[in-house]
Amino acid sequence: MKLAYYPGCSSHGSAADYDRSARAVAGALALELVDVPEWNCCGASSAHGADHRLAMYLPGRNLAVAAGMGMGGVVTPCAACYSRLNRAHHWLAEDRRRWLELSAAVGVPYNDVGKPRSLLEVVVGDVGLEAVAAQVRRPLKGLKAAAYYGCLMLKPPEVARFDDPENPRSMDDLLQALGAQPVRWGFKTECCGASLSVSRPELVEKLVGDILDNASAAGAECVVTACPMCQANLEQRRSERHRLPVFYFTDLAGIAFGLSPRELGIPMHLGEPLELLRGKGLLAAGEEGQG
Amino acid sequence: MAVVDLTEAAKGREELLTRVRELAETDPLACYQCGKCSAGCPLSFAMDYQPRQIIRLVQLGMREQALGSSTIWLCAGCATCTTRCPRQVKIDGVMDALRQLAGQDGRAPREREVAAFHTSFLESVRRGGRVHELGMVGSYKLRTRRIFQDGGLGWNLLRHRRLPLKASPLRDRKTVERIFRAAEVRG
Amino acid sequence: MKRVGVFLCWCGSNISSAVDLDQVAEQTALLPHVVHVEQYKYLCSDPGQETVRKAIKEHALNRVVIAACSPRMHERTFRRAVGSVGLNPHLMEIANIREQCSWVHPDKVTSTPVAVDLVRTAVAKAVKDIPLEPSYVGIEKRALVVGGGIAGIQAALDIADSGYEVVLVEREPTIGGRMAQLDKTFPTLDCSSCILTPKMVEAGQDPRIRLLTYAEVESLSGYIGNFEARIRMKARSVDLDRCTGCGDCWNKCPYRSPGEFDLGLGKRKAIYLPFPQAVPNKPVLDRATCAYFQKDGKCQVCKKVCAPGAIDFEQQDEILEERFGAVVVATGFDLWDHGRYGEYGAGQHPDVISSLEFERLVSASGPTDGKIKRPSDGKLPERVVFIQCVGSRDEAKGVPYCSKVCCMYTAKHAILLKEKIPSSQSYVFYIDVRAAGKNYEEFYRRATVEYGAQYIRGRVSRIYPRGDSLVVVGEDTLLGQKVEVEADLVVLATAVVSRSDAPQVAQKLGFSYDQHGFFTEAHPKLAPVETNTAGIFLAGACQGPKDIPDTVAQAGAAAAKVVRLFAKDQLETEPTVARVDRARCAGCEWCRPICPYKAIEMEAVTERVGSGQVARRVAKVNPSLCHGCGACSVACRSGAMNLLGFSNEQVWAEVEALCL
Repeated sequence: MKLAYYPGCSSHGSAADYDRSARAVAGALALELVDVPEWNCCGASSAHGADHRLAMYLPGRNLAVAAGMGMGGVVTPCAACYSRLNRAHHWLAEDRRRWLELSAAVGVPYNDVGKPRSLLEVVVGDVGLEAVAAQVRRPLKGLKAAAYYGCLMLKPPEVARFDDPENPRSMDDLLQALGAQPVRWGFKTECCGASLSVSRPELVEKLVGDILDNASAAGAECVVTACPMCQANLEQRRSERHRLPVFYFTDLAGIAFGLSPRELGIPMHLGEPLELLRGKGLLAAGEEGQG
Repeated sequence: MAVVDLTEAAKGREELLTRVRELAETDPLACYQCGKCSAGCPLSFAMDYQPRQIIRLVQLGMREQALGSSTIWLCAGCATCTTRCPRQVKIDGVMDALRQLAGQDGRAPREREVAAFHTSFLESVRRGGRVHELGMVGSYKLRTRRIFQDGGLGWNLLRHRRLPLKASPLRDRKTVERIFRAAEVRG
Repeated sequence: MKRVGVFLCWCGSNISSAVDLDQVAEQTALLPHVVHVEQYKYLCSDPGQETVRKAIKEHALNRVVIAACSPRMHERTFRRAVGSVGLNPHLMEIANIREQCSWVHPDKVTSTPVAVDLVRTAVAKAVKDIPLEPSYVGIEKRALVVGGGIAGIQAALDIADSGYEVVLVEREPTIGGRMAQLDKTFPTLDCSSCILTPKMVEAGQDPRIRLLTYAEVESLSGYIGNFEARIRMKARSVDLDRCTGCGDCWNKCPYRSPGEFDLGLGKRKAIYLPFPQAVPNKPVLDRATCAYFQKDGKCQVCKKVCAPGAIDFEQQDEILEERFGAVVVATGFDLWDHGRYGEYGAGQHPDVISSLEFERLVSASGPTDGKIKRPSDGKLPERVVFIQCVGSRDEAKGVPYCSKVCCMYTAKHAILLKEKIPSSQSYVFYIDVRAAGKNYEEFYRRATVEYGAQYIRGRVSRIYPRGDSLVVVGEDTLLGQKVEVEADLVVLATAVVSRSDAPQVAQKLGFSYDQHGFFTEAHPKLAPVETNTAGIFLAGACQGPKDIPDTVAQAGAAAAKVVRLFAKDQLETEPTVARVDRARCAGCEWCRPICPYKAIEMEAVTERVGSGQVARRVAKVNPSLCHGCGACSVACRSGAMNLLGFSNEQVWAEVEALCL
C-alpha cells in the first residue's frame, strides 16, 4: 500500500527517533510511505489559539498537496499533527465553499484526500493485526506495557473518528498481537500537557507524574505512545522517582519484527530503554552492546 | 468580592457571544453549568476560573474577566471537555476563540510565558515553514528572559541527537508566508 | 336557491381593533348568494348564537358563514347553533379572521383585504356545502389492557370494577412490572410490594379480568368499539390449570442462570417463579436455559417431581383472537444502558451499578436478602456515590429530556443506605434537584438534613478504579473546585427510556410515538391519555417518564375514558370522511398504503359493460376508521376520492374565489 506521509516538524528534531522506527516498521509491513513534498508545519499547538483561519490553512495546504499525489490517503505518525489535519479536513468537509477559500489562500487546488489517518490507525486498521502478527519474529513475551493514547488522537471523537475516546483498544490489541501484555489502567487518554511543556513545566510535571504513577500502579514495565509530543513530554518532565521507559509503538513493533534497536532509534531515547528489553531477553547477542 | 452589574455586562454580551459563536462554531448558551468539563480538565487545578466558569462569563457578557483569565492560556487543547459535554458545547473551541479575541484586543495575556511560547512558535513557522525547535526555544527564552531554564534537558537532547542545530525549512519560504498573509486578510 | 348569511365577530377587540369590519361587511354584501351580513361583539356568547338563529329564521338562510376565530375553538358551538333551528350542521362554514388575520397582521391596511378574501373563500365553499349525516356503529364492551405493571393493573381493576370485562396481556410470566422490582417508594417509604401485591392479587382474582401472562399482542385491527386482536400465548411448558404452584419443580431443577427479575445480580432455576408474590403464582420454564431443551433431552427432573403432572414439554405457542371495544396501552419503560458512558467505565466495572440494581440489592426479597453488598466482593459499602442524570439531559450521548423520577428515588436511596448501613456516607452528584410533587421537597430535605447525604452540584466527569475502590471525579460547581470521592460503590441514576421495541408496538397497534419512542398523546394538555387513534388510550411510563402516583392517576383516567365509551350503546362517527366514486375509481390502490388509519380496503364490484358483466376492484372507505385527513383524495389520480365536507369541488371553489 502506498500512502502520502506527513512526518511533522518534530521528525527533524526531538522525534527523529520516532521517524526512524516509523519508517522501519512501515517498511517491514510493506507500507510505502512517500513524503508529502514541501510539507509545512500544521500549526500545532499554537495556530488554533491565534487565528482560526491560519489554523485551518496550514494543515489544509498539506492536505491539498497530498491529494495531488494520488495515493491511498495521507498518514501521519504524530497525534498533534493528526488532530490538526483532521480539524482542517472536518472543517473543509462541512462546507464545499471552503475548498475555494483554501485553494486561494494556499495556492494549491484543494481536493479531498480522504480522512487523514494516524500511523497507528493504518497499522491496526489497514494492515491489520493478523498481518502484523505474521511479521513477529521475537514475541514480546512477558512485557507488561501500558498503552498510552493521550488526547489528540481520540478527542473530540467527531473530529478524530478513531477508536473509543474513553476506553480505546487499538494499541492494546496491537501490543497483544506483538506478544506483549497490555495492562488495564485508568489514564490511557488523560492529557500529558505537552503544549505547556516549555512554558509551564511545573504544571506539566504534575500531569506526567499522575500518568506514570497510575501506569506503575497498574504493574506496567513501560509506557507505549503513538505521539512524539507525549513521548518527549513523558521522558522529559518526569521526576526522579519514575524510571519507566517510554516507547513508541513502532519501537516495540520493530523489536518484535526482529529489527535492531539502532535501526529503530531506540538509543536516542532518554533514560535506559534498552535495560528493560535486555532483561526480557528481547535483544540478540549482537545487539547487546549497542545500548 | 465585588458585585457584578449584570446590566452593565449585558451591553457587550451580544457582541461577545457573536464573536465566540463565529470563531468556535458552537453556542455557549447551550451550557447548563454542570461542571463536567471542569471536572475532567487536566489543568483545572492551575486555572483561576474553571472552564465551566469561563463559559458562564461568556454567557453573561463578562468579557474583561473571560479574556483576562489564566484559564484560556492554560487550556492544553486536549478536548476532554468537548468530548464529555452533555450539551455539545465545543469548550476547547471557546478557549481558542477567547485567546484570539484577547490577541485582537491587544490585551496583555494573563499567562505571559504561555503566550510567549505561542508567539515564538508561530514566528518559527512563519520564518521557515516548519518549526525549528532549537530556534523556537531560543526565541522563547529571549522573550521571557528565562535563559537558563531546562539547560540540562537541552544538553541531554542534544547528546541524544534529538535537538539539531540546523533548521530544515521549506525550499520556498514564501509558501507559508503567503498562508499567514491570507489568514491575516480574512481575519 | 342558495341564501347565505355571513356573521362577522368582533371577538371583543381581538378582531375589531385590527380589521375594518365595516369594510369587510360592505364588500361581503356584494358577493353572489349573500343575502344577509351582520356584526356582533361576541358571536360565541349565548346572545351571539341567538342572533345567528334568529337571522336564519328571519331571512330563510340555508347556508351560514361565521367569520370569527379558529374552527378548533368554536366549530362545534356554531354547528350546534345552526342545527338547533333545523339547518343541517354541515351547511355552516367558518372563516378564521382571528388567528389567520387579525392576530398576525400589523395594521388594518394589510389585514382588511385578507379578511375580505377569507370571507369570500368561505362563502364560495358554503355555496357548495351539502347536508351530511353522521353514521353509527356498535360497541364491543370488553377492554384490552396491554402491559401488566401498576398502570395496566390499575386500569384493568377500574374498568372491571365498572362492570366490564377486561383481558390483561403481560409479556412476562407474571404481572407486577417495574414496581415489583422496587424496594420502598418515595416520599412515604411504603414498601413497594406491600402496596402492589394486594392489587396484583385482586387483578388475579377478579372474575371479570382475564390474565394472559407470558403473552404478547401480535396485531390489532379494526376501529373504536370494534377492535380485533391477535394474542400470542407463548409456550410456558407449564399447564396453568393443573399447576398448584407447590414449588417442587423449581426446588429440584438442577440448572441455575442469572435471573432477569434481579437484573442478573442473583440466580434463578431453568423453571422458576420470578419472585415469591408472582401472579399467577405459577412457574415458567425457560427453554433457553433448560437442559432438556438445550442439551440432551433427558433431565426432565421437573416433570418427574410434578405431582399434578403440569409440566408439558410439548406445549406450543397458541394464538388467541379476541374482540375489544377499547384498548389501554401500558407497556412501561426501560432504563438507559450506561455502557455508553466510557468515562464511567462503560458498564464494565462491577461496582458501578444502575439505580434499579441498587433497588434489588436493598430489597428484602432481592438476591442479597436486603443486605447492600457490592457486586465485586460482597463487601458492605461505606462510601457510596450516587450520580444523577446519567443519560438524562445529555443530548450528546443519551436523551435530552429529564427523566423526572431520579431526583426523588436517589434521595430515597441515600436514606435507605443510611438506614441499612448507619456508618456509611452517601454523596449525591446532581445538576438540579427537581422535587416538584406533594411532599417531595420535604423528602429531599430529610435526605440531606436527617440522613446527612452530601449533595454536590456537578456532573461527574470520570470514574476510574484505584485499588479496590473507585475514584469519582467531579466539580463542586458551587465551590468552583474539582472534587474527588474514593468510593466503594457507585450508583447511576440512568435515564428512563422507552421500551426498545416501543416503535414496533405502536406500529402494530396503530398509533404514533415520538422521537424517543414514547407514545404520543392526542393533545399534551387536553387529551393526555388519548392517542390519535380513537379507542386506544395510554397509561404510565410508555407515554413518558412518570412516577407511581402519576402513573396510577393516568391509569384511572384511561379507565374512565374506556368506561365513558362503554356507557354508550352506539357511537356517532364524524361524517367528514372520504368517499369513493366507484365509477371513477381505477382500482390502482395508491390510496391504500397512504391512509395512516388503514381505513381503505378493496372490494370487488361487477358492472355491466355492453351486454356482459365485468368484475373489477375498487377502493372502499371504512367510515369508522377514516379520520378525514384527506391524504387519499390528494393521492387519487383519477379524482375518485372525495372528502365529504372538503370535496374537490369545494376546494376548487375556494381556490377560484381567492385567485380569480
